[in-house]
Formats: sequence, C-alpha cells, structure tokens
Amino acid sequence: MTASAPSAVVVLTAAGQVLLVVLVLAAAHRPLGDHVARTLTSPRHLAVERAGYRLMRVDPDAEQRWSTYLLSLLGFSLASVVVLYALARLQSALPLSLGTAPFDPAGAWNTAVSFATNTNWQWYSGEQAAGHLLQMAGLTVQNFVSAAVGVAVMAALARGFARSGTDARVGNFWADLVRTTVRVLLPLAAVLALVLVAGGVVQNLLPHEAVTTLAGGTQEVLGGPVASQEAIKQLGTNGGGFFNANSAHPLENPTPWTNALQVVAMLLLPFALPRTFAVMVGDRRQGWAILATMSTLWLASVALLTWAELSGAGAVGRAAGAAMEGKEVRFGEAASALFAASTTMTSTGAVNAMHDSLTAPGGGVAMVGMLLGEVAPGGVGSGVYGLVVLAVVAVFLAGLMVGRTPEYLGKKLGREEITLVALVVLTMPAVVLVGTALSVVSGPGLAGLQEHGPHGLSEVLYAFASAGNNNGSAFAGLSSGTPYYDTLLGLAMLVGRFVPIALVLALAGRLASARRVPAGAGTLPTHSPLFVGLLVAVTLVVVGLTFVPALSLGPVVESLS
Amino acid sequence: MSTSTPVRPSSPVTARPVAGAPTVLSVRQLAAALPDALRGLDPRRLRRTPVLLVVEVGAAFTTVLAAIEPDAFAWSITAWLWLTVLCATLAEAVAEGRGKAQAASLRATQRETTALRVVAPPDTLEHTTGLAALPTQEVPSSTLRPGDVVVVRAGRTIPGDGDVVEGVASVDESAITGESAPVIRESGGDRCAVTGGTVVLSDEVVVRITAEPGRTFVDRMIALVEGSQRQRTPNEVALDVLLTSLTIVFLLAVVTLQPFAVYSGAPQRLVVLVALLVCLIPTTIGALLSAIGIAGMDRLVRRNVLATSGRAVEAAGDVDVLLLDKTGTITFGNRRASELVAAAGVPVERLADAAQLSSMADETPEGRSVLVLVKERFGLRERPEGELVGSTLVPFSARTRMSGVDLDGVDPRRVRKGAAAAVTHWVRSTGGHAGDDVAATVDAIAATGGTPLVVAEQVGDRPARVLGVVHLKDVVKDGLRDRFDALRAMGIRTVMVTGDNRVTAEAIGREAGVDEVLAEATPEDKLALIRREQAGGRLVAMCGDGTNDAPALAQADVGVAMSSGTSAAKEAGNMVDLDSDPTKLIEVVEIGKQLLITRGALTTFSIANDVAKYFAILPAMFAVAFPPLRVLDVMHLGSPESAVLSAVVFNALVIVALLPLALRGVRYRPASASALLRRNLLLYGVGGLVAPFVGIKLVDLLVTALGVLS
Repeated sequence: MTASAPSAVVVLTAAGQVLLVVLVLAAAHRPLGDHVARTLTSPRHLAVERAGYRLMRVDPDAEQRWSTYLLSLLGFSLASVVVLYALARLQSALPLSLGTAPFDPAGAWNTAVSFATNTNWQWYSGEQAAGHLLQMAGLTVQNFVSAAVGVAVMAALARGFARSGTDARVGNFWADLVRTTVRVLLPLAAVLALVLVAGGVVQNLLPHEAVTTLAGGTQEVLGGPVASQEAIKQLGTNGGGFFNANSAHPLENPTPWTNALQVVAMLLLPFALPRTFAVMVGDRRQGWAILATMSTLWLASVALLTWAELSGAGAVGRAAGAAMEGKEVRFGEAASALFAASTTMTSTGAVNAMHDSLTAPGGGVAMVGMLLGEVAPGGVGSGVYGLVVLAVVAVFLAGLMVGRTPEYLGKKLGREEITLVALVVLTMPAVVLVGTALSVVSGPGLAGLQEHGPHGLSEVLYAFASAGNNNGSAFAGLSSGTPYYDTLLGLAMLVGRFVPIALVLALAGRLASARRVPAGAGTLPTHSPLFVGLLVAVTLVVVGLTFVPALSLGPVVESLS
Repeated sequence: MSTSTPVRPSSPVTARPVAGAPTVLSVRQLAAALPDALRGLDPRRLRRTPVLLVVEVGAAFTTVLAAIEPDAFAWSITAWLWLTVLCATLAEAVAEGRGKAQAASLRATQRETTALRVVAPPDTLEHTTGLAALPTQEVPSSTLRPGDVVVVRAGRTIPGDGDVVEGVASVDESAITGESAPVIRESGGDRCAVTGGTVVLSDEVVVRITAEPGRTFVDRMIALVEGSQRQRTPNEVALDVLLTSLTIVFLLAVVTLQPFAVYSGAPQRLVVLVALLVCLIPTTIGALLSAIGIAGMDRLVRRNVLATSGRAVEAAGDVDVLLLDKTGTITFGNRRASELVAAAGVPVERLADAAQLSSMADETPEGRSVLVLVKERFGLRERPEGELVGSTLVPFSARTRMSGVDLDGVDPRRVRKGAAAAVTHWVRSTGGHAGDDVAATVDAIAATGGTPLVVAEQVGDRPARVLGVVHLKDVVKDGLRDRFDALRAMGIRTVMVTGDNRVTAEAIGREAGVDEVLAEATPEDKLALIRREQAGGRLVAMCGDGTNDAPALAQADVGVAMSSGTSAAKEAGNMVDLDSDPTKLIEVVEIGKQLLITRGALTTFSIANDVAKYFAILPAMFAVAFPPLRVLDVMHLGSPESAVLSAVVFNALVIVALLPLALRGVRYRPASASALLRRNLLLYGVGGLVAPFVGIKLVDLLVTALGVLS
C-alpha cells in the first residue's frame, strides 16, 4: 500500500470492524448498565461481601457524608499505594519473584501510584522487572479495585443528583467498592479471561524459561498468570500490560479476534455506565445524551486515527511508504488505529502498537483523546463523572441563554457548584502543562528525550497527558524510567486522579443537600441533540483550547511537515 | 387587591417588547463617562473583576517592556492593552451614567422642608382620631423619626415616608412616579401609604412617619439607580467564578508556552505572550458583566419598578408560577353589561329601551355599563333631561336591589331592573309572572359565571312582565391570552386568584387562558398556595397591595407591591411598582430573563472568539521557526506583528461594539427553552466563532494600509 490512497477493501474492513464493536457495545450497554445500577442500589449483601465487611470492620449500611466517603476512599487508596510500594520494594524476598530485583524507590513509588490511580503507566518491562506475586497480588488486585473506586465516585455523584435536601450523604464507599468488584468486575473478568485463554493467551504460574531452539539459539519462553490480568486490564480501563509490549505481545493478544475482543472489553463498562448513572438519577434520557456525546467524540477519534494511519500521512509514513512501522502485522493499520483511539479515549492506556510510531496526525489525535480529559467514554466511572462535570459547565455557559438560573438534572447551579466544577476543569491542564513545561527546559527532563524537535515535545506532552489523565499509555520514545520522570509523573497521576475525585465528591455532597427543582418547559433540556452538540463543543473548546499552543508546536508541526 | 380602586384606570395590557428603553449610545454619553472610566482604572476597583485586573497588569508589564525595548509594535500593543482596560471601565461608567440623571431629579424632591409635628405623649399618638386638633410644632423634616406624627396641609410637601392615620387628601406623586394625575391617599385602607417628597394638593392628612431619614423610599431609589449599592447577584458571582477559572487556565497555557517555545527554538517576545493572554481570557464578558447588571436594573426603573435587590430581579427570571389577582390584573375592575337576552315575544329593542330607562338612576359602574352597551349596540343615545320630566327615578339600593323609573303622563309606565329574585318578586307583586324561558336564561348566565340582571316593566295597571335579561360579566383585558400562552411556552404557570365562587372564577379563568384558578381565596389560602408551590421547588411571583397581602408578598420569591398600597405591603415585597399596575409582573419576569440571557449570550460569544484568535496569533508566533504552520494563517494577515496587533485591537473594539447590546439587553421573545437555546447558540455561539475572523481581517487590512508598524 502506498501513501494516501487506502483501497476500498481496506476501508471497508476498517469500517466493518468498527461496526462490529459498536454492535456488541450497543447490545451490551443496557443490560450491563442496569446490572451495575442494581448492584449499586440493592439493599442486600452477598455472603462473600459480608465476610469482606467484617474483615475490614466497616458497616456497609451506614450512609456516609461526602467527606467521610472521601476519607474512606483516600484511606483505601493510600493503603493500596503502601502495599504496592512494599510489594515492589520487597519482591525479591517474597515467593514467586522469579529472581527479579527489588524496584528502586522512585520506580516503586511511580508504579504504586500508577496502579492505585487506575493509570497503569509502566516505566518498567513487565517480564523483566515484575515477579508473579507483584503482578497477581499487587497489580491485578489494583486493576480491580482502582476501577471500582471510579465507579464508586460516579455512584456518589449520581446519588447527589438524585437525593433532595439530605445532609450531604452520598452512600457508603465500602459497599460501592466491594459490590462493584464482586458483582461486576470479577464475573466479567472471569468470563473474559477464559475466552482469552481459549484464544491463546497464557495462564500459568511458570517462570520465564530460556530454551534452546532447533537452530541452536536460545529463546525465552514466557509464562505467568497473563489472561487473568489481561481481562481486567481492559475491563477496568487500566492498561498495564503483563509484558512490556502490552497488547502487542502475542501472549497477551494473539489474534485479530482477541484484539477486537480487547477493544470491546475496554469500551464495555465506560459505555454502559452512562446508563447506570441515568438509572440512578432517575432519568434515562440523560443517559442517552451522555452516551451520545461520548460516542460522537469516540467515533470522531476512531475515524481520524484510522484515516491518519491508512493514508500514512506525515514523516514516518512517507519514509516507510506506509505506516506499518511499529505496528503488528497480524492486526494491520486499521485495527491498530481502532485500538489506539479506544485506548486513549478510555483512559485504558493498553497499546497494541507503539504510539510513538503512529503517524504524526494519528499520534496527535491519540494525544487529544487524552487531553480532552478522558471523558469520551473515559475510564470506568471516571468517564461519566468527568463528562457530567463538563455538562455542568455547558449548562452554566449556555443555560443562562434560556433566561433562567442554570440547572442540571434538577439541581440549581450556583457559586459553590461552579467553583468546584471550575477547579476540576483546571486541575488536569495545570498538571499536564506545568509538568511538560518543566521537563522540556530542565536537564533531567531533556535527558529522557529520544528525539529532539517537535517529536520530542510530543513525547513529553504525551507522557504528562497520559499521567495527568490516568491513561497510562506511553509514546515509548521517552525514557521515563529515571528518578526525575518516575517522581514527577507519579505526582501528576496522583493529582490528576484524586484532586478531581475530592472535588467531585464535594460536589456530590452539595448536590445531595440541595433541593431538587422540577423541570418545566422553561428548563434547559439536557437530553436533546442540541445539548449533545453543545456538550461536544464545550468539551472541545473549553478543554481543548487550553492545549492548542502546546499541540501546535508538537503534533501539529509534525503533521504539517 | 379588590379592596383598592386605583385613581388612574389601569392601562390595557399590551405586549410591548422589553427592549423599549432609549438605548442609542451617543458619543456624548461616552465622553461624559470618560472621567469615571479613568477613575475606574484604579487597580483597587478592578480587584472585583480578576479578568480585567489581569489585563491591567499585562498592560503595565508591556509598558515596562516597551520602555526597555521600544519599537512601534511594542508601543502599539501597550497602547491597545490600556485601551482594552479603558473600554471595560468605560462600559461600566456609561451604564452607571444613565442612572445619574434619574438620581439627580429624585434628589430634587429631597429638599429640606419643615414639618408640623404633633406634640403629644406617645400613647396619645397611637390614636387614629383627633390627632389633627392637637398642638403642632414646626421642625425640620430631617429630624423626624419613625413613630412621629405630622400634619400635612394642602400645598405642603409630605416630609417623609409614612402612613396616613387620619383624613383623606389628593396627593401629587409626579416627582416619584412621573405621573401627573393626582392620587387619593386616605387613612385606614389599602391606600394609606405616602411617600416623602410628594405634595398634598387638597385637604389635610395626619401622617405617621415610618422611615428613618436617609432610609426612605426615595433614598433607596437613588441608591438603586446610581448603582452605588449594587451587590452582585448570585448568577453574576457564579459566572465570575467561571470566568476567573478560565483566566487561570489561559494564564497557565500562556505561561507554559514560553518553555515550549524555548525548547522549540522559537522563544517569544514577552509582549506577544501578554497579547496572546489578553486575547484568550474572556475580556469581552468580563468587561461588560457589571454593565449588563446595572442596565438590567435601569430597565426596571424605567418601567417604574423599584427592586430592593438585584437578587430579586434575577429571581424574577427564574419564576415558575405567577399568582395574579383577577380584579384589576386579568379583568377590568368591574363587571360590565355584555349582552341583552330578550324574553320570548319581546323585541330586543324594547328590552334595550327599558334597560336604558331603568339604568338612568343607577350610578353603579354596572349601571353605567348598561347605558354604554345600549348606546353602542342599539344606537340609543342618552335621553335628554326634558323627556323625563314628571317621572320619578328609583335609585338602586342595597335593600331593594333594584333600580328603575316611574314614567307618569298619558301612558304611565314603570320600569325595573335588578337582581333576578328581586325583580321576579316585584313582578309577582303586580300579579304578573316571569316566564320559564327567563328563568332558564338567568340560570344559564349564572352558570357561566356572569351576573344576570332582569328587566321588567309595568304598563298602566296591567300586571308587570319580564322583558329580558342583561348579562353582566367580568371583561377580560385584551391580549392577555397571548401573553399567558407566551408565559406557558417559557414554562411559567399562571394562577388566577379571586374571591369569586368557583363557577365564576373558572369561567373567567378559561376565558383569560390561565392555567389554574384559586377561587374563594382568602389571604391565608394565598399564603398556603405559595408555600405549597415552594415546597415543590418552584419559585413564585405575586403582586399585592393590601396589608393582608403582606405575608404572601414576604413569602413569595418575587413580591411586587403596588405603590398605592400600604407600607406593610411595600416593606414585605421585594419590588415596588410605582404605577401600581399589576400586569407589570409579567414585564418584570421578562426583564429578569433578558438579564440572564444577555449574560449567557455574551459569555458564549466571548469564549467562541478564542478560536479565531488562535488562528491569528499562533501562526504569527511560530511560522518563522516552523514554516508549515503558515497554513493555519487562514486569514492571510499582513505580517506577524500586524496579526497580533489586529487580534488585540479587535479584542478591545468588540467591547465597545457590544456595549449597546449589553445596555439594551439581547432581543427577547418568549419561547420555550429549546427554541431560545437554539436561536441564541446560533447567534452568539456560531456568530462568536465567525465574527472575529472577519473583524481581525478588517483591522489587519487597516493596520497594514496605515503602515502603523512600519
């Protein structure tokens, strides 16, 4: 295939693949969304859950005020970070370590934060640095619970909108956490893991073994509990691969159909949760609007990325004659583009191709996908609460234009609400821009760059966009395993995750104590196509505009060169 | 409401557009506001608007930069940054200036006068009779305190706000209301409140002062129109928070741009970065925000409505339920004759003639309306006095409930008109009887909420016979139905409140097109209704004038008190209508909505502008280092310098260009939220995207042609 004229067959295959994914998602989103909503609102506890509560010594029926909810969440996450840090530092002394060395302090901090924040940024190479115990007891466990934390925050926000005039009680964190894990994530992951094993993904506790091949050379045969981690890696929008090559590795993602399945898996919950949110706030139409906004942006990203990769524009494409460099032959450009768009739009961050090798516009689209704040569809739970925050901004901007005090989902938006929302919107750009700016002018920052010029800037911007938005995918060109980047990116992940969570929970508490206002003909309809268009525009303009100068010096220059 | 009869007939309701105030912005107005605008540059005064403070700090910074490294570009940017701040302060000064003239004329009413204060022990002053006869003492009006009692004679100015406790007088209130016709103020009723500065034209009243000097109605009004006590409204504060956070975001974007630029080998002049920052932050709405608020208040004052706070005006835009009194608001004050229904076998002309005769002695408004009807419908002119010589008028009395006339002469004839029961009784007393068809007509009229008046005549000594029935009904004001439909489209429910019985009330409610009717309503019912609506999360607006309205006025989210009403009502409400026109409530709601829409529209416009500014400035900054970026220069601007300058100039000029819109308010037509959003998004969102492309290009052509930068 030569430059800029993909054949009709290629385009049709690409479109067919997307259509297939969309059909599966469309079929699943209602039953799954309803199931999650039932999980979060059911008054009953399962026996296994009760055992968990007794173990943690918590009362799952006690309604928590938002501040208690937040403290529980932070306490849990802090404990997660500490446990992960200890596992990484002490792994050589623990069983199943496969002889791996302990992580250095900065690296352990980075990895601990990375997995506790649902980012799963990996500075290390999984097969070389992490033993099976760390992978199973540390990373895989966090893959479950960090995703459940996102769902918990979304549930609290939904309760904030649904409740009227309470004293800021937004549910019980422990119940939300445990139930989401037990009733949603574990069953889904178990099924998916079995299917992946059937597809050829490894699942054992064997060490990586060097064997002598027929030709006389040596080759490393890798083993490990891969499928079990792979399943939740995608379902929980985590993205941390068992191996360094992530979903490009044949033992993680062997065939085109496991590849398609992985794309479906990472999109499954993010696209189902708008339904959950809508059911919980008691207005299904609102869920459709959120879903439509997410779908529009995701489809746009898929289309742009596919176009970019297929037409092979940009420096890389021209040099190679096509954009296959850095991509897996068994997937091809279209499947790589679909995966890249989905992984950056969902905060998953798994990769099946090296994003550094995406065409310049393709890499730019992937970067913009993250810089929009991971809301379309975003991470598990975090996508919905992120987009609801933007919806509040949209309602406030445009809501005044219908001549009423803006209200969203029956709650009036005043100074306090807007302050909280504005701070959420501020946090991510601050983290990304300040981190990137520091790194491109400081010695240790520049030391990590593989290339200079616009592509070098893209690499750093991508890294901070990925960390600040808890995505975790990497442009790969950046050598980030240095104390400088480990520390700074760890900070970016921490701030990018928990500052918005704290603000969103504060918002939930405030909304829960506010009175619900009935909607009438004078209320701005937030379920119409017009509002969806507005929300798309606000997402692009309010969030996107901040990054235009930085993007113009990186991917834009690259694309135009 | 129904207890008061305004001296002036309330004006018929016409759906006049809200944007009716004189708004042409003259150069003279701008020049007059300039000194205030310059004073507004004081950073301490700009502290309240962080967006503008950032612009001013930026301007100061570029001044230093231009002084260190002077060239035409740096000085041009510096000059235009200062002009940007000046445009912003000018906008506020112009808005405030419009209130100043009004304040001056109001101050004229506050001339120091003297008052005749009644000298008596406090408990004597509690009385409501005999006060006028007590000894008085001449004191300066500024020494009066609440509780003091003064006597005001004809031709003297009322020294302060208060209630008439004794007497009745006609008062000239034109100084406050601009209305020249005098009004009646009397003790004991709902028309007892008087305002300081108004003049008693005839008679004499005793007034109990209710307001401290300096805190009177006129003082409040002056403070209001001058904007000196203007507090930012909740929505304004929330919008400010959003604008501030956008400013911080763009500050971050610009501050971090220099490291990126340094890394990319294209470090930027600081002047350019400041210019970019000022272009990106929402200066347009930041500059116009307070002008919009002041102008909104001003529009209200121009309609003779006085709000105690901007919060109330804003709440008016949010109102979900309007409580409207039937009498005076929905219907004209009195019932009117609307139809004549003749009895079987009686020519309707004969009925008309008899109805006219029998109403000659009826001085009630209903009686007069019968004369009007027969004149209009049957061409019967009023009979000359001479024709009725020798006849006896029988005036209406509450006891007989009939009026009529006894014509003597060759053909003696007695005509009666009155309540059905009374007239039927009279007919029977002469040996006659009312037909069944009349009874049916009477019932039918009563069933529709009308009042039937039966007309009968007795010729000679024959038994009297019923000629027919006059249909009296409440006449709904013209144009109300359309107005209520418009309100419904906006999501506002109208509830008609009346003391009438349910049948009557619902008939009128249907005719007027209100959504709900509260019949046989007592003040307590009204209060309960408001509480019920509020418990459901709805905002309620109402108007009232009586003391018994005060609790409801206080409970309502927007309570408009009639100026003709009692002090208690005026204290309880959060707005006072100087025209005492209950339909004004609808306009108040529209002004509140227009205020919010204007803010939202200009915010959207301001943010949408940023897209074009990026297209102007980014290629100008980086196309030298990265030539491919030249494709982003879609406007093909003259040079990098002129591109940056043009964006800054456009940014400043757009403030002045939008000032008239901010002062006038965006055009507002009642419509559903969806329709409003669609229209305004298209106009101000899409318009905001496109306009700067055109504007910046034009400025660039001018800058290049003038050679400012060469």
